[in-house]
Amino acid sequence: MSLDTATIRRIASLARIRLEDEEVGRMQAELNGILGWIEQLQAVDTEGVEPMAGGGAVALRMREDVVTDGGIPDQVLANAPDRQGEYFGVPKVVE
Amino acid sequence: MSYTLEGRTGPWEIVVGLEVHAQVTSLAKLFSGAATEFGAAPNSQVSLVDAGFPGMLPVINRECVAQAVRTGLGLKAQVNLWSRFDRKNYFYADLPQGYQISQYAHPIIGTGAIEIELGDGTVKTIGITRLHLEQDAGKSLHDQHPTKSFIDLNRSGVALMEIVSEPDMRSPEEAGAYLSKLRQILRYLGTCDGNMDEGSMRADVNVSVRKAGEGYRTRCEVKNVNSIRFVMQAVEAEARRQIEVWEEGGTVEQETRLFDTGRGVTRSMRSKEDAHDYRYFPDPDLPPLVIEQSWVERLKASLPELPDERRARYVAMGLTPYDAHVLTLEKETAAYFETVAKGRDAKVAANWVTGDLFAAINRLKTSIAEPPVPAEHLGQLLDLLADKTLSGTLAKAVFEAMIETGKSPGAIVQERGLRQVTDTGAIDRMVAQVLEANADKVAEYKSGKEKLFGFFVGQVMKAMQGKGNPALVNEAVKRALG
Repeated sequence: MSLDTATIRRIASLARIRLEDEEVGRMQAELNGILGWIEQLQAVDTEGVEPMAGGGAVALRMREDVVTDGGIPDQVLANAPDRQGEYFGVPKVVE
Repeated sequence: MSYTLEGRTGPWEIVVGLEVHAQVTSLAKLFSGAATEFGAAPNSQVSLVDAGFPGMLPVINRECVAQAVRTGLGLKAQVNLWSRFDRKNYFYADLPQGYQISQYAHPIIGTGAIEIELGDGTVKTIGITRLHLEQDAGKSLHDQHPTKSFIDLNRSGVALMEIVSEPDMRSPEEAGAYLSKLRQILRYLGTCDGNMDEGSMRADVNVSVRKAGEGYRTRCEVKNVNSIRFVMQAVEAEARRQIEVWEEGGTVEQETRLFDTGRGVTRSMRSKEDAHDYRYFPDPDLPPLVIEQSWVERLKASLPELPDERRARYVAMGLTPYDAHVLTLEKETAAYFETVAKGRDAKVAANWVTGDLFAAINRLKTSIAEPPVPAEHLGQLLDLLADKTLSGTLAKAVFEAMIETGKSPGAIVQERGLRQVTDTGAIDRMVAQVLEANADKVAEYKSGKEKLFGFFVGQVMKAMQGKGNPALVNEAVKRALG
């Protein structure tokens, strides 16, 4: 499998990454390289092996239903580029 | 007869499926320790996890998982002991992580079913496809500033259950009945408060139309409908739109639409074409969610009685199916009824609750949560009826006095001397007086005008200020005329 330039542009747009025209070719080569490694992995015989998404911990650890956090609006808003009183201000986004 | 909409080319059938987002009742959020309470100051219930700060790790709330399992059990659904969280990727200003943590390929709850009752008394089973846990997004306010939107992240990270139905509904009524029933079950279970005004339940409505006997045609999704009435209206409005498109030779395009509640029509959302490319993948921060069968069994053993079971129990107690239905619609009504009926005649209790009490609630524009008369007092009134202290007529008068004064029926009977007269000697004397005063009518009665019987009874009751025991008065009049 290999990606054409239209797909590269679409992936960039979905990820909200601006890609200049001259960068498309390099990105295409890099992503296709990664896909090549994945194809190598595909060659491994996984017959009878359960699909897995990751190693490490076997199962989620759970937390009790207790309020232990929040009440820190100033910290939450501290890095906002456009704080509007108690809110984050963003360019108007309305249908 | 099945429901159809009439087009120029003949009747059309409607196919409806619902995706309901129900806010999980919990103190803290799905993956953080921030509070979930409604109506707090903006951004005051936000942890750094909810705000999507780098390096923050989500830790799942056990109670939210328990609530999802309880709901699954209440929907008679399969509980998956192994499930997994995925990232649903999209960009929006109220989604600070840039993805929603959801369950895509492996939901915690699989297929189940809900039974709905329709106006004509028929019962229909609607399939549940799945239920999964996910995070809510923040809230955008668009009316605070001319060129900016304001973001409040208090809701960000609150646990939602997305409950997906099969496309089994065939009319606006069925869609409304399904949503009502689902809300009722969630409220009985205590897993969602069902407050649609506060956004605790929202529905995405999938609608398509077809000719009889056809397979499914293309569907459209009407997003974020927030009341049962609007769901019913949206189904019909969207179906009519699609019928018009098909009949004009066009093709319905699969898209997301919004319901304009003011104009009663749906309109297309001007979303980007990529909006549906969510690029789901397993969340690397979260290992699989594995729960024990023994825990599921414990949760099952502690489930409250559900609406269908409660209704069946009421019918077994002697109530009509209709009364049983009405009394179980809201769990508060059922609780009120049970207090009144405890140790008393269930049928009489049901009549008073659905009759005089509901009438008073309507008249006073209050609710069962703030009843005009406490359930204990209504129960005492029934006792006074049962031991014949009060006649039916007197009981109604006492009931009104209870509403006005807030006093117990015993106190009112005492104060006003409303005790019914069961002394047959006193009743006989009153009957004799009435017959004497109406000698002409007695003669008419004896010559065959038998419907005057009611007149004599009425006169006696009047003379006794309504306090005569009706059955005894009847007997006494009959005896005297005999």
